[in-house]
Amino acid sequence: MNWKMILKNLGMIVTIEGGLMLLPTVCALCYREWFVALMFLATAAVAAAAGTTVVLLTRKGDDVIFAKEGFVITALAWVLMGVIGAVPFLLTGDITSPADAFFETVSGLTTTGASILRDVTAMSRGCQFWRSFTHWIGGMGVLVLMMALVSDASGRSIHIMRAEMPGPVVDKIVPRVRDTAKILYLIYIALTAAETVFLLAGGMNLFESLIHSFGTAGTGGFSVRSESIGAYSPYIVWVVTVFMLLFGVNFNLYFLLLIKKFRAAFGSEELKVYFGIVGVSVAVITANTLKIAGNFSDALRNAAFQVASIATTTGYATTDFNLWPGLSKMILLLLMFVGGCAGSTAGGLKVARVAILVKSARRELAKLLHPRSVSSVRFEKKPLGDPVRFSVTNYFALYALLLAGTLVLIAGEPFDLETNISAAVACFNNVGPGFSAVGPMGNYADYGVFAKIVLSAAMLLGRLEIYPLVLTFMPSTWTKK
Amino acid sequence: MNIIICGCGKIGAALIDALAAEGHNVTALDNDPAVLTEMTNVHDVIGVCGNGADCETLEETGVRQAELFVAVTGSDELNMLACFLAKRMGALHTIARIRNPEYNDSSLDFMKRELGLSMAINPELLAARELFDVLRMPSAAKIETFSGRTFEIAELRLKDDSVLDGLTLRDLRNTYKTQVLVCTVQRGEDVFIPSGDFVLKSGDRIGITSSPAEIVKFMRQIGLLQKKARSVMLLGGSRTAYYLAKMLVSSGADVKIIERDMAVAQLFSDEIPGASVVLGDGAQQELLLEEGIRDTDAFVSLTGMDEENILISIYASSQNVPKVISKINRDELMPMAEKLGLDTFISPRRIIADVLVQYARALENSRGSQVETMYKLMDGCVEALEFRVTQEAAGLTGVELRSMKRKPQILIAGIIRGRRTIVPGGEDVIHVGDRVIVLAGAGHRLGDLSDILA
Repeated sequence: MNWKMILKNLGMIVTIEGGLMLLPTVCALCYREWFVALMFLATAAVAAAAGTTVVLLTRKGDDVIFAKEGFVITALAWVLMGVIGAVPFLLTGDITSPADAFFETVSGLTTTGASILRDVTAMSRGCQFWRSFTHWIGGMGVLVLMMALVSDASGRSIHIMRAEMPGPVVDKIVPRVRDTAKILYLIYIALTAAETVFLLAGGMNLFESLIHSFGTAGTGGFSVRSESIGAYSPYIVWVVTVFMLLFGVNFNLYFLLLIKKFRAAFGSEELKVYFGIVGVSVAVITANTLKIAGNFSDALRNAAFQVASIATTTGYATTDFNLWPGLSKMILLLLMFVGGCAGSTAGGLKVARVAILVKSARRELAKLLHPRSVSSVRFEKKPLGDPVRFSVTNYFALYALLLAGTLVLIAGEPFDLETNISAAVACFNNVGPGFSAVGPMGNYADYGVFAKIVLSAAMLLGRLEIYPLVLTFMPSTWTKK
Repeated sequence: MNIIICGCGKIGAALIDALAAEGHNVTALDNDPAVLTEMTNVHDVIGVCGNGADCETLEETGVRQAELFVAVTGSDELNMLACFLAKRMGALHTIARIRNPEYNDSSLDFMKRELGLSMAINPELLAARELFDVLRMPSAAKIETFSGRTFEIAELRLKDDSVLDGLTLRDLRNTYKTQVLVCTVQRGEDVFIPSGDFVLKSGDRIGITSSPAEIVKFMRQIGLLQKKARSVMLLGGSRTAYYLAKMLVSSGADVKIIERDMAVAQLFSDEIPGASVVLGDGAQQELLLEEGIRDTDAFVSLTGMDEENILISIYASSQNVPKVISKINRDELMPMAEKLGLDTFISPRRIIADVLVQYARALENSRGSQVETMYKLMDGCVEALEFRVTQEAAGLTGVELRSMKRKPQILIAGIIRGRRTIVPGGEDVIHVGDRVIVLAGAGHRLGDLSDILA
């Protein structure tokens, strides 16, 4: 275990987080929240000073890391960011309990959007901004940001990138990690800016445009209105719908568009399956909710928005889907599991994994009928090797086990089964709102401290795709054997 | 610069290592996904899996935007075809490894021209040339020559009772009245570019530069000179051995090749009439003694096995062979072999990596001077570069060296002006048309002569 490199990377992450806290400071200054600004500035200064000190102390030494260190760096960095990010909430007094502040920050960073706030409008502007900005940071990943900013001498930071980026197979789009990270962040920034402009054009003010763009970009879902997007015009609802779907697409496809490989981009199998799932779900839910909504355009808009919001694991709401019929709610629950595309900012299992799972299952069934048949599972026009298939099925098995564990651990809470199940599923898949008491108009405030920590861990497991966190807390990672 | 390396074998991996460290955008192409995974894990490169002579695969590597395409698969024919296609698809420069001796004759120029190759590299031939240079002057562990062979860098190890022990470099110049410049010193793990006050010690590995005649004179003065090897024993009938034997025979040396495979031995005796070929296992001491290892001037082990080369070389040293050279493919074994008492090694992959890095730098920079030659010295810690000055540059040309502001750890080791070699002092001046030899310590990455200015 290369301790120096782990500490050095953690130091850099803390420094970067301190730097990023300057933005909410500016926001608080704009709204004349002097005390809030001071608290953010103080946290930023301490974090940056501590981080830089660690980096300076560890700057010399062996910079070779392996997959193991990549996982550990990623897991510890995210936990650390959750802790440091929670400090301003406590200092400003907007959130009083440490467990609540940690839950809220982790929910932000993992782009879950589950909140413990009963009334979000009572929060200071600076904290509201920071809360949403954590979505944006966590969406593409702060370690990826670090790679874009800091040059890598050893050429091994691919291990960190693999550990942080979601999807069954993570690959670079250009030869160098740093350039890849830069390209991804530029696409991310451009899309976020585009959404902000569209929202401004719809009459939303700059603050709320930014907040909702951050929430969409990271597929997070924190809003500053109690009614979420339901408080805005149909135009805004459609803009957010489209951008949620766009942020649920693999970012590599945008790069292919940029280098004018249109056929490769639009030919992506995952993209087709993704839009297929969204299309069918919207159609069924529109038909199913036609009576409640009253007219077709409302039904379609709400269905499209809610499907996009849940499928990309964003978690915005335009309507209280708790009141929808059972079929629609069931579809939404299933969409939580599927999630967005690999390599996007969305959570969940990822469309690519689901597609591979279904195809593998089909092949195994065919194999039972024709034991001697030789056939390969193909995905994205390429035959999948057994290692990839096994890793996907293994991932699914671990995912199911950990989700079951989360359910058991929070089962002691005084809620009905629907609330508990949907809370676990919504947190694990980084969706945010569930059903019943934790539905779009509810919140997680009434869960106990232990349950909040379990759910925070579930969110981290979901965002980092299980392995980094599990491996970090496995004893055999740390023994010298 | 966008570089594509087709084939990730021993040579390919060494190239990827060197070129990625230089900061280029490297794409690795191979047909084995496991090898590619290893490459992308260890180096900052992207991998593409497929056949290098398949247009779709080449398209995927982004060959249209590539400045340099290097094919180093195990097959010469595949390399040629891949380079041909890459060139046609838009790669600016292509380099193929062509190592079959049958292609490395007069037909090579024709093929290079017709295939549009910028360079054909033959690691074994290059290794043989380097070996030949060392055998010409066995006192040195390594010899590198610059343009026109008027300037050389030789690496040598000071023996335990060296006359130079305790001497400062300034004293050395005064005592021996020599034109030789001590430009690098390796002591243990540390590498220095020494100043005049530097004190030499026994056991140091030093690099000296000057004209070949001056170097010979200096070595004679310090009692290190060994005569050119007249009789050489080669172990293993590898391609390197083939080229080296040919060179040695034509220079008039006695060459004995020991090879255990009958077919290979037969081929050697067919192709190189002047050499004597012995069929047998070089690991048998009896055989080596019988063939006169004690009387030979130099012993070169060139089998395909690093371990065998090292062990038999140690045995040869124990039999008091004056010069023992071993071929080592895996770089990490070199320091261990050095601890075991060997001092001269040859590594074809390292030679190729140096050639490619030099080529890439020359492509990248053509501001006012061009990298003509580049060598890595002292286990890669120091670079020696030869620049051709093609135009005036402020602060560089027409300035006395003593008033030139240079970065630390930079040494101007020589100036070649026409046929004259100058070992520069403070009052010398660089002119347009000169070739300047610069030594740069670790951390520098010079692409242009003006990069030496602070």
